[in-house]
Amino acid sequence: MTREMTGAKMVVQALKDQGVDTVFGYPGGAVLPIYDEIFLQNDIRHILVRHEQGAVHAAEGYARSTGKPGVVLVTSGPGATNAVTGLTDALLDSIPIVVLTGQVPTFLIGSDAFQEADTVGITRPCTKHNWLVKDPDSLSATIHEAFHVATAGRPGPVLIDIPKDVQFATGHYERPNPSTSHYHPKLKGDLEEITELVAAMETAKRPVFYTGGGVINSGPGASQLLRELVDATGFPITSTLMGLGAYPASGSNWLGMLGMHGLYEANMAMHDCDLMIAIGARFDDRITGRTDAFSPKSKKAHIDIDPSSINKIIRIDIPIVGDVGHVLEDILKIWKSRGRKTNAQAVAGWQEQISKWRAVNCLSYKGSEKTIKPQYALQRLEELTKKYDRYITTEVGQHQMWAAQFLNFDEPNRWMTSGGLGTMGYGFPASIGAQIAHPDALVINVAGEASWLMNMQELGTAAQFRLPVKQFILNNERLGMVRQWQELLHGSRYSHSWSEALPDFVKLAEAFGAKGILCSDPADLDDAIMEMITYDGPVLFDCLVEKHENCFPMIPSGKAHNEMLLGEAETQGVIDTQGAALV
Amino acid sequence: MSALHIKKGASKHSAYNLRPTFSDVIERHTLAVLVENEPGVLARVIGLFSGRGYNIDSLTVAEVDHTGHRSRITIVTTGTPQVIEQIKAQLGRIVPVHEVHDLTVDGASVERELAILKVVGQGDKRVEALRLADIFRANVVDSTLSSFIFEITGAPEKIDAFADLMRPLGLTEVARTGVAALLRGD
Ligand SMILES: Cc1ncc(C[n+]2csc(CCOP(=O)(O)OP(=O)(O)O)c2C)c(N)n1
Ligand SMILES: [Mg+2]
Repeated sequence: MTREMTGAKMVVQALKDQGVDTVFGYPGGAVLPIYDEIFLQNDIRHILVRHEQGAVHAAEGYARSTGKPGVVLVTSGPGATNAVTGLTDALLDSIPIVVLTGQVPTFLIGSDAFQEADTVGITRPCTKHNWLVKDPDSLSATIHEAFHVATAGRPGPVLIDIPKDVQFATGHYERPNPSTSHYHPKLKGDLEEITELVAAMETAKRPVFYTGGGVINSGPGASQLLRELVDATGFPITSTLMGLGAYPASGSNWLGMLGMHGLYEANMAMHDCDLMIAIGARFDDRITGRTDAFSPKSKKAHIDIDPSSINKIIRIDIPIVGDVGHVLEDILKIWKSRGRKTNAQAVAGWQEQISKWRAVNCLSYKGSEKTIKPQYALQRLEELTKKYDRYITTEVGQHQMWAAQFLNFDEPNRWMTSGGLGTMGYGFPASIGAQIAHPDALVINVAGEASWLMNMQELGTAAQFRLPVKQFILNNERLGMVRQWQELLHGSRYSHSWSEALPDFVKLAEAFGAKGILCSDPADLDDAIMEMITYDGPVLFDCLVEKHENCFPMIPSGKAHNEMLLGEAETQGVIDTQGAALV
Repeated sequence: MSALHIKKGASKHSAYNLRPTFSDVIERHTLAVLVENEPGVLARVIGLFSGRGYNIDSLTVAEVDHTGHRSRITIVTTGTPQVIEQIKAQLGRIVPVHEVHDLTVDGASVERELAILKVVGQGDKRVEALRLADIFRANVVDSTLSSFIFEITGAPEKIDAFADLMRPLGLTEVARTGVAALLRGD
């Protein structure tokens, strides 16, 4: 069925037909016809951000907390270039985002027209796919295809560049029809490979599940199947930063996060295991440490929907290409049909070994009565908010790693952090996107003062839409993570890692009509956190914390999992020049 | 659908080998990539190679199926077996890429390249150039009193050899098309 309408109307119609309820955007000359159509309807809510980077991160927060694609609308030129960081962020974390950009009219393309930029050229390497639409008759089909590509297979950001004359022109509107797309990544895993994995699981003495963001992306059903498999086998499980919540932190087989700032027991289990089952995780360098010393004794299985992830970094013995949910279902089916076997005795011994590692208590830190330790602040935040319907976002730095270590997630889609790109400025707009999607939930952005300033203009958005997002700023007046690396790698020469001339965050909040809370005494912390939670509106919580605290455990760059540092005493001269060259 | 009915997985192998051999030996592979002929698709492929630091020894592209809008990109690349597998898998991720074939592992294939070479000279050198061209089955496609343009087709090594011989005889310019390749048999 097709209908005649203008390109601008088609955009709005296509969004409606895709089930979109929210668009994050910022207007400008090249998207005025689309903004006009948005004005004339009430089905789609437009959230006016204060910077296009904020729009994309907000859409990411919306997408990650709902599992639905996030939608962004920005103008040509600077609107599009401001979206680039968000697109790259979404690409590295495999988040489905659809960005619509205005473009100068087709007859001006290539003439260096006002606010012209080669948007598809600039965003080609930071999108899963992008399109420039020059023909109004193909506009609706392109938008539908864009939603399909963003969400099918390994999700990612896509961009559609729409010249202004195409928005004004009339053409045929087509309804969504995914069967016309040739893009259909393989969902079912190879049964022979899956059977080989099940056989390995039956005899493994020291197995470990290593899971990542792919489990979350596969949907809540995948997390459910993972829980069933882990609990039925009794194998220990760890997760990347991206995968937290797929298996509950309260689950008995939970090891905690692994990687550079992961838990001792998780990294030791990875190093010493004899069977590693990687599920929707991609062996990032933050996970593996030194690759030639990575888990030397294990057979490795890898389940991933993207064949290019397999054997990219680490040599895999049992490769399984497919969607996590589909593959887990088949693993369970085959494992059950073969009699639910595990080497229970050996696994019990393995769990005992793990308890010994756990007893090291790697997250312990020196408490203080006088100053708020950042770890303590997060422990109190966890304690006081865990029973709420809670969503957490973070910025990037030490606070992010401490949040991953000290906050617990029992459900998927509750934890949103910039993992792959490590984008300072991600957390605040992401918290706005999550709050828009879950108006009654408690949404908290655990922030560092430096990161938070990178997108602080979004306080205007939070105030305008009365979004009760809580900005929990662990203020160490330092670019803490940079300072930590300078201490460990560059002789404590703290080159430009100060947060100088910081604003008075309480006054700043008040200037935007939000609430500001300052807390510096551990004795006041609980009351202050409760005040933040119960306040009905956006809160800027300036939590003054210990300035020179380091984040441990830490696998120094260029070292293996079993060479992790547990605390200050071990840090002297451990990173050699080779390690210092790594990031 | 493609009017040429290019078979999906024209080889018996799947596009990617998920259990590659691991070695440090640098191999040379010829890949045939069938793509949707849409704007920017070549930029995506080239951007992949430059962005991820892969080598391109030769690249040719042309639409091979006008009704199906399919282009065939033939890429000659070098790398360790693991890198070659990674290149194929990364190519496979590009949305408008329909098929990736590794002609080097799929079976015997035929590789051809066309080159035109300008040789400037007079006297004995000119006669010698003509004689060698005859041996290499190169055609004279243009001549003046002091120059020839030869056209030669063949495997890239044959063209290299011909160019090497022409150099002392007055070779001044070479234009090469890059490799076109097909798998043998049906
Ligand atoms: C956009 C961007 N620029 C620079 C960096 C490098 N970087 C990583 S952490 C960090 C410091 C963050 O400071 P803050 O937000 O105060 O967090 P803290 O580490 O102090 O908890 C910097 C500069 C980055 N990740 N992102
Ligand atoms: Mg800081």
